Amino acid sequence: MEATTPAIAPGEPLSAAATMTRPSRFGDKAFEWLTLAMALTVVVLIILIGWQLWNGSAIAIKKFGFHFLVTSTWDPVADQFGALPFIYGTLVSSLIALLIAVPLSIATAAYLTELAPLWIRQPLVSLIEMLAAIPSVILGLWGIFVMIPWLRDYPFPWLKRLFGWTPFFSGPIYGPSMFAGGIIIAVMILPIITSVSREILRSVPDLQREAAYGLGATRWEATRIAVLSYAKKGLFGAVILGLGRALGETMAVTMVIGNTPQIAASLFKPGYTLASVLANEFTEATTDIYLQALFEIGLVLLGMTILVNLLAQALLRTIATTSATRAVQ
Amino acid sequence: MTMRLERAHNHTWRKIKSAMASGIAFVSALLVITPLGLVFFHLLINGAGSVNWDFFTKLPGPVGAVGGGMVNAIVGSLELLALAGAIGIPVGVLGGVYLAEYGSARINSVLRFLADVLNGVPSITWGMVVYGLVVLRFKGFSAYAGGLALALIMIPLILRTTEEVILLVPNGYREAALALGVSRWKTIVHIVMKTASKGIITGILLALARVGGETAPLLFTAFGNRFWNHSLSQPIAALPLQIFTYAISPYDDWHRQAWAGALVLVTGVFCVNVLVRILTRGRGASVV
Repeated sequence: MEATTPAIAPGEPLSAAATMTRPSRFGDKAFEWLTLAMALTVVVLIILIGWQLWNGSAIAIKKFGFHFLVTSTWDPVADQFGALPFIYGTLVSSLIALLIAVPLSIATAAYLTELAPLWIRQPLVSLIEMLAAIPSVILGLWGIFVMIPWLRDYPFPWLKRLFGWTPFFSGPIYGPSMFAGGIIIAVMILPIITSVSREILRSVPDLQREAAYGLGATRWEATRIAVLSYAKKGLFGAVILGLGRALGETMAVTMVIGNTPQIAASLFKPGYTLASVLANEFTEATTDIYLQALFEIGLVLLGMTILVNLLAQALLRTIATTSATRAVQ
Repeated sequence: MTMRLERAHNHTWRKIKSAMASGIAFVSALLVITPLGLVFFHLLINGAGSVNWDFFTKLPGPVGAVGGGMVNAIVGSLELLALAGAIGIPVGVLGGVYLAEYGSARINSVLRFLADVLNGVPSITWGMVVYGLVVLRFKGFSAYAGGLALALIMIPLILRTTEEVILLVPNGYREAALALGVSRWKTIVHIVMKTASKGIITGILLALARVGGETAPLLFTAFGNRFWNHSLSQPIAALPLQIFTYAISPYDDWHRQAWAGALVLVTGVFCVNVLVRILTRGRGASVV
């Protein structure tokens, strides 16, 4: 192709024509190798993260074995380390967050793609992006000084009056609590679930909507039957992606969850998560085995988030390809 | 006759239901952005009063004392961002170039997948990795360690955005340059990357804004410092770290300063986001 092109860039010396037919490829090779090396850092980083956490917790893994995951005592002074309260706290706070965030996010995504007047859509999207941009530590600050006092004074006593007979809303109200942690995580994951869900809904082919409207469906019916149920799998992927973020959320949770390693049914009681015990105790780990145990906590957290993220990617990938192939058909 | 009536009734009911669903969705959308409004409102009423000349010019006062500022934390955050950018930007951008321009589809899908996995890793684990890698090895918290932790978070972010915007550059641009005898790498650097530069810069700015607000990876790398950092191999203050320390402290004056710090940090992050919006708005017109 190049050899048959007679044109030479104006101003180029004639020797350029020679290099055009038999170009020296050193620069090309060097640049390709350079970019390849940079791209391969993702492989290096994956290995690095796994190796560092594994290496850092090798002694603890050997010492505690599987019991680490099912022991509920966390007593660094007595050298007793069990991750169960943190695993429990992480799962419960994330579950609360999902229960709050999922309906709101998906309804918002549906509003943004299907139901809202056109002029309102872009401003709303921008606002949601701004919410996503708020640093975690600032939400935590707001959580400590605004959200928790408010929760303690209004919604919590009200919940206790209504549902106090269940174990989940019984007992004294402290303020910093599992429930507060769940709410702050919900705020953190609302933007991601909303924006991924919005992308999913936007990828639903218009033919779906047209078919529904053609059959006389109302706007909501078309949304429900032709769009939401069509995108079910992708929306599930968006939710799981949100779960992945929820599990690893650190600063804001640490500031509002109360940081007490206990397993309590009442959501008014303080809890602790894997990420927050790392944030709080890592620099205080005075003995080697303490530090090892914390590294093992990190390993558990990493394992959980990676598994959840893999699931999310698998779900999002299939929806992307099936919707693409269906659209082609 | 009755059937027609029924149908008409049914139709109204369905319309009402549709309107109700839209209403619920609207309320959901309002609820989603409510925290944004509330956080902003409280940042302003609690923080604005403490953002003053002292805040930007003075070091933190002694523990428990009233007064002082966060100048060292603001400068520290900028130093950390510079370090992170020095490592993260070239690696991320060039890695993204590889994914978009070279490599087989198979290898690239693996690399892309790994980058997405890395983007899902909790930021605090990066702190642990750098702690093991740098802090333990060189026996101390340092600005280098903090910068590296932030850089590791930036790499997969920048890599993916760079790849995406480079793929948007039409192939005709590449073909035209190659047909003129320009070598491949010069085509990529001078034509493709230049065309996509706004998008690449957008990705870089967003990554900087994101890690600029990160606290967790700095807790046991940069560690924080109540004084000026005189050497990058020493612990260094950072605005998010300082906000965290002050927020969980028992002193009222520190709480006020935490709000002020938060207001400054959020303003910085939002300025970058607005800048990005201006950049991307121009993109449709002038590029591609």
